[in-house]
Amino acid sequence: MTKRKNRAVALAGQPNSGKSTIFNLLTGSRQHVANYPGVTVEVKRGNFRRGLEKIELIDLPGTYSLTSYSSEEMVTRDFILSREADLVVNVVDASNLKRSLYLTFQLLEMGTPLLVDLNMTDIASGRGLAVDGEALSRELGAPVATTVGNQRKGGRELREAIAAGSKPSAFRLDYGPLEPALEEATSLLRSLFDGGNLPFRWMAVKLFEADEAVRRKILARGEKGQELLDRVAALAESFEAAEDEDPQSHIGLVRHRRAEELQDLCTRRTAPAGRTLTDRIDTVVIHRFAGPLILLGVVYGLYELSIVQGYKLTEYVVPWLSRFQMAVEERLPLAGFWQDPLPRALVSDVVTSINSVLIYIPIFLILFAAIAVLEDVGYMPRMAFILDRLFRRFGLHGQSTLPLILGGVFVGGCAVPGVMATRVIADEKARLATILVVPLMNCMAKIPLYTLLVSVFFASHQGAMMVFISTVTLIVALAVAKVLTLTILRKHPSSPFVMEMPSYHVPTLFGVVQRSVERTWLFCRKILTVIALVAVAVFFLTHYPKLPAPAMEAFALRADEIRSSFLKAIEPTPYAAQLADEETFLKYLDVQERYRQARMAGMSDAAVKRKFAADPELFSLIQLRGDDGKTLDRAYKTLRRDRLTLIHDYSSARLDSSILGRMGQALEPVTRFAGFSWKVNVALLSSLAAKESSVATLGVIYRPQGDDDSRSLGARMREQETGFTPLHALALMLFMAFYPPCIATLLMVKVETHSWKWALFSLLYPIVLGLAAASLVFTGGRMLGLTGFPAAWAFYGLALAVTVLLGLLSPKEDAEYDDETVICAERR
Amino acid sequence: MTLDEIRPGGRARIQKNRAAGAVKQRMMDMGFHRGVTVEVVRNAPLVDPVEFMMDGQHVSLRHEEARMIEVETL
Repeated sequence: MTKRKNRAVALAGQPNSGKSTIFNLLTGSRQHVANYPGVTVEVKRGNFRRGLEKIELIDLPGTYSLTSYSSEEMVTRDFILSREADLVVNVVDASNLKRSLYLTFQLLEMGTPLLVDLNMTDIASGRGLAVDGEALSRELGAPVATTVGNQRKGGRELREAIAAGSKPSAFRLDYGPLEPALEEATSLLRSLFDGGNLPFRWMAVKLFEADEAVRRKILARGEKGQELLDRVAALAESFEAAEDEDPQSHIGLVRHRRAEELQDLCTRRTAPAGRTLTDRIDTVVIHRFAGPLILLGVVYGLYELSIVQGYKLTEYVVPWLSRFQMAVEERLPLAGFWQDPLPRALVSDVVTSINSVLIYIPIFLILFAAIAVLEDVGYMPRMAFILDRLFRRFGLHGQSTLPLILGGVFVGGCAVPGVMATRVIADEKARLATILVVPLMNCMAKIPLYTLLVSVFFASHQGAMMVFISTVTLIVALAVAKVLTLTILRKHPSSPFVMEMPSYHVPTLFGVVQRSVERTWLFCRKILTVIALVAVAVFFLTHYPKLPAPAMEAFALRADEIRSSFLKAIEPTPYAAQLADEETFLKYLDVQERYRQARMAGMSDAAVKRKFAADPELFSLIQLRGDDGKTLDRAYKTLRRDRLTLIHDYSSARLDSSILGRMGQALEPVTRFAGFSWKVNVALLSSLAAKESSVATLGVIYRPQGDDDSRSLGARMREQETGFTPLHALALMLFMAFYPPCIATLLMVKVETHSWKWALFSLLYPIVLGLAAASLVFTGGRMLGLTGFPAAWAFYGLALAVTVLLGLLSPKEDAEYDDETVICAERR
Repeated sequence: MTLDEIRPGGRARIQKNRAAGAVKQRMMDMGFHRGVTVEVVRNAPLVDPVEFMMDGQHVSLRHEEARMIEVETL
């Protein structure tokens, strides 16, 4: 063989065969592993070196079979047929050899050089099974290597076996009475494709399995192709008449029986079969009564760990984030007295936005680690098993459980990982419905507004209101899912629920930590650029067009007055002349503010001293003691208060006349019914970028007046918006509950649905839904004379009733299913 | 008799799979073939789906899918 430096090797295997751990073992790359059917949907690549050779490893999706019924199987098949890889490594579960070989036969049938990797031999021997690799190799005509992937055993041998390669095997399944038909079809195919280099026998087998992809390929050859298909149909019919079995079942059965024979031949029972540990665990974990309780406990634990404990950890992140912000701002032009230079204003806005997401990192790390544990343990399919019946009533799937939990079924999730997690849902219709309702869950960014409004307007019913908001979203989401399934998703195909319940595994610490860090990192990388871009867009929307010249002059005049009264106040000190200089004055303000921030960020005295080493003069000025110091401090205090008021007034005036402000005003006639003033509209509009900013924007709008800096935002809202009642607050909370997904989620919806149309739909329908719910509560509540709290429960009752009715509505679901079956049967 | 009629704890041998297309293929891939002995392990807490065991391997189906499989009781 000539000197080849690069080779491509594909990794194929069934779900839960430990394929991903083998991928990690070989490449050492960071890579996703999970004990959940079909979690590896993407094709992942990694590589390892052996001497001069660089071997690229392609991790194909885990598939049970190689039909054309799922995209995973098509990806796997097409990749193998492309012959890009000169070797396919088939990872086989030694503890369940029979099922694994079912796929191995199909791979061999495709004529690809195969290397069998007997994995999970530890579990096999734990169950009293010893697999004879040599015998298996002899029978299959392919080399066999042995590994224990999760203990990282056998890597060296496997690498050597890969380097040695393999030749196409002579192994051939004997389909018995179907053989004459298969042979005829094979030779017909050979002449149809002029003896090209294609796996004709495999194609013939696929034709008798009614494989759509192969049929299409043959139809593409025109009339001759049609003739061939007609002949195959006739052969299939006469086979069925003679054998009282259709060819598809027969082919499956032959594979199954041969696998059984090989298993008997190659495994030796060293201990009697008993009930496995998995069986015993399952008697409790999916028990009729204990199961749901355990599920509730798991979900509660997930929240408690990630949201509650993770939130406590954010305390440790905050000082670092403010230090980061300070470090950035120090490199920007100095702050103006009331108007910052554009680069400073823009960049610090962007940094604030980025920080508002980075603060969630501890929560994500814990959340992703907890999910990795649940996946590796094998709990996810159990969760789907327990809840499938409930979710199916609403057009969702048992596997919708995880995405909804991640989205925040109760409080504090994130729709981005939620939408990402829908990938495992086998049923396309249910998957789309899940993607569309996950953003209705309570993501963490919705929480600040809830807490603000609940603490101010429902002070005596805080607990009850949090229960209200966290459960009403799930109730409405179920109703929405059902309505979507009955309407726009009606035509989408629905799949059967055939789910493996894999054995339980003990997760490895390394795997869990690695995946948690990797997913958090991916999340940050995906989100941060988008957040930054959107922050820039929002900046311009809220800053332009600029205020008219007369208004600007009035602000400038006020600024001058504030400054001169400061200078007048410090006249008795020897520093008045120094601070009268414009530049020194601004620097002085900057040092004062940075000192304040440094103190708030919890920096030590020594660190503060080091920080201001560049400005010793001004630093000593702000720390001045004695009479002069007191005069300066007092004057600065007044100056700071007046300056902040001025800045608040200015930014509010600017927001009013900005594009966003005008949009808020234009929308008021519509939002009036929901009780939203235009100021609230502006806050809601600016939250489109990132919901957590709703509170921040409200903070700017309902700015502190005069020297009353300490009053809470809620109190200010109540004061300044005369007649902002609990009913207003309720309407606002409901709108926030159904708020459209953030930009990051929208991108994820686009990725998962492969369509901008769905992304756009997921943006628009919540606005309509939210506005309708808020208007119903506000206008309806007003008409009935209800206050906030009773109105909330009236809405709750209504939503619950609608959802229950929708759930009971099962529009000939079974009939539809039968129709489909009949159609399929007729076609055959 | 069809597989959905077998009570948890019962065992049955598969005679015929009346499903078609993707459903049938999925079931075959999971090991539902003629002649295979299936043990009904348990129903889900809300009765549907059902967990089956064949040769130590656990698979769950919904009742409507299990109804497609003709069996004889053992």
